[in-house]
Amino acid sequence: MTDIGTMRVKSGLADMLKGGVIMDVTNAEQAKIAEDAGACAVMALERVPSDIRAQGGVARMADPTKIQEIQACVSVPVMAKARIGHFVEAQILQSLEVDYIDESEVLTPADEANHINKWKFDVPFVCGAVNLGEALRRISEGAAMIRTKGEAGTGDVVEAVRHMRTIMGQIRKLQTLDEDELYVIAKELPAPIELVKWVAENGKLPVVNFSAGGIATPADAALMMQLGAEGVFVGSGIFKSEDPQSRANAIVKAATNYRDAAILAEVSVGLGDAMPGIDAARMPEEAKIQHRGW
Amino acid sequence: MTPESGKKRLDWILSPEPALDLHGPGAGLVVGVLALQGDFREHRLMLERLGARTHEVRKAADLEGLDGLVIPGGESTTIHKLMEAYGLAGPIRDFGARGGVIYGTCAGLITVAAGTVEGAPPTLGLMDVVARRNAFGRQVRSFEADLEVEGVSGGPVRAVFIRAPWVEIAGPCVEVLATCQGHIVAAREGGVLVTAFHPELTDDTRLHELFIQMIRRRLAAVDAPHGAAAACEAGEPGRAAAAAGHR
Repeated sequence: MTDIGTMRVKSGLADMLKGGVIMDVTNAEQAKIAEDAGACAVMALERVPSDIRAQGGVARMADPTKIQEIQACVSVPVMAKARIGHFVEAQILQSLEVDYIDESEVLTPADEANHINKWKFDVPFVCGAVNLGEALRRISEGAAMIRTKGEAGTGDVVEAVRHMRTIMGQIRKLQTLDEDELYVIAKELPAPIELVKWVAENGKLPVVNFSAGGIATPADAALMMQLGAEGVFVGSGIFKSEDPQSRANAIVKAATNYRDAAILAEVSVGLGDAMPGIDAARMPEEAKIQHRGW
Repeated sequence: MTPESGKKRLDWILSPEPALDLHGPGAGLVVGVLALQGDFREHRLMLERLGARTHEVRKAADLEGLDGLVIPGGESTTIHKLMEAYGLAGPIRDFGARGGVIYGTCAGLITVAAGTVEGAPPTLGLMDVVARRNAFGRQVRSFEADLEVEGVSGGPVRAVFIRAPWVEIAGPCVEVLATCQGHIVAAREGGVLVTAFHPELTDDTRLHELFIQMIRRRLAAVDAPHGAAAACEAGEPGRAAAAAGHR
C-alpha cells in the first residue's frame, strides 16, 4: 500500500534538514548563492523580514512567479510562507508544490483565532512557537516541524534564546513530574495530554525543532544549536549583511561544527559587517511579531 | 487532536531511545555515521539498538578504527559541500578501498554513486550506479510503501521515500535488492549497500542488520582471504557509469 502525505513522510523531510541552515531568499540569484553555500533548503519570499518590518503594511504570501522562479533554479527543497490561518494561501502553495509551508507570524495574520488545519494537506508545515504549549498546539493541528520564533528581522538573537530556553526548560521540567501530574500541566500549557505525555517520556518535541528569528552570525547559529536547536533558519541575517556569500558559507559550517570552538573561530573571520539590526529589548511590545499566533 | 485518525496518526514517532544492546548482532562493532548534515541521529539509534557502538564522523580523523560507515539522508548538495570543505571525500574513498563497508540512504546513495543524471553534485564513485536525484518528484509526492527487499526475510519493509532518488543505471556487478514503480531503490556491490528509502525513520532494523552482516562477512574475509564474491569485484568498476557518460 502506497501512502503520500503521512506524518512520517512530512516529518521525515524535516529530519533530512537537521544540522542544516534554511535561508530566506527573494530571487533566483540569492537562491543560487544559498544553495552554493550549502543551505539545506531555501525560503522563497518577496521581502525579507527586516524589510517587511521597515516598510509596514500587510505582508502576504509571495507572488507564485517568484516561488516558481526560485524552484526552477535550485535542487534543494523550496519553502514558502502563508499567513497564519490563511488556508487558501496554503492551498495555492501546495498546488505550486513547494516542499514545506511556513505558517508564519512574519506575515500579517489572516485569522486571529484559528491556525490552518494542517492535517488537511499533503505538503508539510513548519510553525513558530515561543513555548512548549504553543509548539504542541501546532503539532496537534498537524505541524510536522517547529521553529522557535525569536524576533524576525532584528538581527538580535536574544528572543531566539529566550524561546529555545523556555521550550527546552519546559521539556526538562516535564521529565521530572509524576505521570499523575501531567494532566494539570496539559491544562496549564495548554496542550493535548497525549503529546504532553509523549514529551515527558521522550525528553524532546515529537517533531524536529529549529531556531529562527534574529540569527545573524555563525556564533549565533552555534549558540542556538548548543541550546537544543536541530538546525537554524536565517532570514535577513544573510542577504542584509555586507558579504552574503561568505556569511552563508560560514553559518553552514557553524551549524555542522557547533560544538567546535576552533572551527567557529576560523569561520567567523573576515565576514564583513553583519546586518545592522535592532535591539529587541528596546522595541515596543506592539512592534514585536512573536506575539502573533495563539 | 486525534492520534487515532487514520494516516494522521502520531504513531510514526520513534519509540524511546534504546540503550546499547550488548548482545545484539552488532555487538563489538564500531560504526561511524557521517554527521555533516541530515538524519545521522536516527542511524545511530538504529545501530545502537543492534549493539554496535557508533561515532559521529565530521573530519577525516574520525574514520580511524571504524568497521563500517553510514552516509545518512540529508541534502546531497549540502553534504557534498561540507565533505569538500573538511577534506572528507578522499579519506572516505580510501576507507571503501581498504574494505570498509558503507551504507548510504537517500542522499547517501547519491553520495556513493559513480555519478548523477543531473551531473551534480560530484559523487564519490564507490558504487557503479548512476543516480537520478529527486526522481519521484517534490515533497508532495514523497510516500511510504511496502517493499520486498532481497536478503531481508520476514515480509516487506515499510519503505519511506522522501524526495528520494533512484538508481537510473546499474553496472553488471551491482546486485539489485529492491525495485519500486519499476526503478531500482536498493542495491549492493561489494562492500557498499544503498537504499533510496529511509529504514532509520521506522522501527524496522532489518536493513541495518543486513549492513551489519556485510561488515561481519568482510571482517571474516580479511581473516580468510579467498572469498568467492571477489570475482565480480575484480571487474572494472565504473563501466555502467562510464558507458552512460555520467562520470
